[in-house]
Amino acid sequence: MGQQIINGLFLGSIYALFALGYTLVFGVLDILNLAHAAVFMLASFVALALVGHGIPILLALPLAVLFAGLLGVALERIAFRPLRGRADSNISGLISSLAMATVFEAVALEIWGPNISRFPFGTVPETQFSLFGGVVSKLQLAIIAVAVVLFLALTWLVKATRLGREVRAVAESPRAARILGVDVDRAISASFFISSALGGAAGVLFGLAFNSISPDMGRSVELKGLAVIILGGMGSMPGAVMAGFALGLTEVFVVANLGASWRDAVSFAGLFLVLVLRPRGLLGTAALREA
Amino acid sequence: MWEQLADLYATYQSTLGYIGINSLLALSVYTTLSCGQLALGSAGFAAIGAYAAALLTMRAGAPFPLALLAAALLPAAVAVPLGLPVLRLRGVFLAIATIGFGEVVRLGIVNWDYVNGAQGIVAIPQKASLWMIFLAVAVALFALGRLRGSKWGFALEAIREDEPAARTMGIATTSYKLAMLVAGAALAGVAGGLEAHFTFMVAPNGFGFGRVVDMLVFAMVGGAQVFWGPVVGAAFLTLLPEILREVAPLVGIEPGPLRLMVNGLVLLAVILFLPNGIVSLPQRLRELRQARRAAA
Repeated sequence: MGQQIINGLFLGSIYALFALGYTLVFGVLDILNLAHAAVFMLASFVALALVGHGIPILLALPLAVLFAGLLGVALERIAFRPLRGRADSNISGLISSLAMATVFEAVALEIWGPNISRFPFGTVPETQFSLFGGVVSKLQLAIIAVAVVLFLALTWLVKATRLGREVRAVAESPRAARILGVDVDRAISASFFISSALGGAAGVLFGLAFNSISPDMGRSVELKGLAVIILGGMGSMPGAVMAGFALGLTEVFVVANLGASWRDAVSFAGLFLVLVLRPRGLLGTAALREA
Repeated sequence: MWEQLADLYATYQSTLGYIGINSLLALSVYTTLSCGQLALGSAGFAAIGAYAAALLTMRAGAPFPLALLAAALLPAAVAVPLGLPVLRLRGVFLAIATIGFGEVVRLGIVNWDYVNGAQGIVAIPQKASLWMIFLAVAVALFALGRLRGSKWGFALEAIREDEPAARTMGIATTSYKLAMLVAGAALAGVAGGLEAHFTFMVAPNGFGFGRVVDMLVFAMVGGAQVFWGPVVGAAFLTLLPEILREVAPLVGIEPGPLRLMVNGLVLLAVILFLPNGIVSLPQRLRELRQARRAAA
C-alpha cells in the first residue's frame, strides 16, 4: 500500500509536470499544442546526448530544459503565430502543431533510430531507502521534489510577476491586453517558452525514471496529458497538478488490482466520463465558450 | 502493352487498395468537418467495423456483403449514443472526447481475449477486391456530392459558419451534426471491414490515435471545403511514400524518417499557405497571377 502510494505520487508528478505546460498554453491561447509530447521526447534525447558527451546529469537536465523552451518559442513562431487571427485558428493550430510533432519525430528517428535508447549506467545514483513501508529510490524522491518546486515557481511567476500578469491579461483578452500596452507577442512567446521547458523537464525525468527513450515515447503521455488537463479543467494549473497526481495514483492502483492491461483504459474512460458529465473538469471555472 | 499494364496493376494493387480505403477513412472525418465539427473517433469506428466484419465472415460464416453491411451499421449504431452527449462539446473538447472514445475502443479490444487481444485476428479470407473498394468510394462521393446545393447541404454550411445563428434560424443543429457523425461512423466501419478482408488481418494497434491523425491529415491536405478534397489528399499521401522510397537513397535519409518528415512539412505548408487544401491550388495560383497583373 505504502509502496503503491509512493509509486503513484512519482508517476503523478511526471504527468503533472507534463500537463502544466500543456494547460498553460491552452489557457493563454485556447489552442491545444499537440507538439508538446514531441518536445518532451526531444528534450529527453538531448539530455541523453549531453550525458553521452560526459556532461553530468545535474547540468544536462537544465540544458535540455533550456533547449526545450527555445524549441517551444520556435514552434510558436512557425506553427501558431501565422495562424493567429484566422477564424478557425483553434482547429488549424491543432493541425499545424501535429505537423510540427511529425517533423520532430522524424528528426529524432533519423538521428537516434527507432529503438529504445538508455542512459548509461550510473548516470543517477541508485540509492534506495525505505519509507512508509515501501522502497523508494533517491531518483524517485528527486523527481517528486523537482515537480513540486517547478509547480511552486510557476505559480509564483504567474501570480506575482509582471510577466505573469501580462500572460494572464493575454489569456483574458488579447485585444484588451494590447490596448493596455502589453506586448502580446512577447507574452505568448514567454508562455510557450515556459510551457515547453516544463514539458522538456517532464521528458528528461521520464527518461531517467523509466530509463527508456524512443521517438514515440511521447505518444501515450500525450493522450494521458489530455486526460489530465480535461480532468483538472482546461487552463487550470492547480487542477492539472491535482489531476496529474490523481491519474498517477489511480493507474498504480489499477495495475495492482486489475492488471497492467487495464491501466490505460481506465484513464481514457475517466476522460470520457468527465467530458460528458462535467466538461469543465475539477477546477475549471470558465463555461464552455460559444464560438 | 497489356502485359505491362497487368504487371503494373499487380505491383500497385495493394497501393491502389489503400488509396481507396484511406479515401473512405478521410471522408469519414470529412463528414463531421463539413459542419464545422472536429470529431476524431473514426479509428474507433473503423476498428468496430473491421472486427465485426472479420468475426462474421470467419466465425459465423456470413457472406461478405452481409458482413460489410454489419460493418457499416454497428459503428453507426454506436455513434448515436456517443454523439448525443459529446456533440454538445465544441471545438477541441469534441476532438478530445472522441479521441478518448477511440482509445477506449482500442484498449477494449486489446483486453478482449475472444479476439486474441493485442495480437489481433490473422488469416482473414481475402474477400475485398479493388472494384468493391472503389465502388464504396464512388457511392460515398455520390452521396456527399448530392448534398451540395440541397437543403441539407445549406444547413450543414450554416452550422459550419455560425452554429448559434443556424440554431436561431430553426435548423435542428444537433440532429444534423449527429447525422453526419453517424454517416462518418458508417463510412469508417465499411473501410475497416474492407481493410480486414483486403490485408487478411486486423490488430487493435492499427486503430490508434496515429491512425485517426492520418485520416485528418488526408482530409486537410486534400481540402476539407469540397467533398472530393479528402479523396485527393488520401491518394496523394498514399502515393507519396512510394515515390519517396525511390528518392530516399538520393538524399541519404532513411525512407521511414523521410516519409514522416515530408508528411509533416506537407501538412504544415498546406495549413499555412493553402488552408483549403491542394484542391484549391489552381484557384490560389490564379488569384496570385491576377494580383501580380493588377500590380503591374
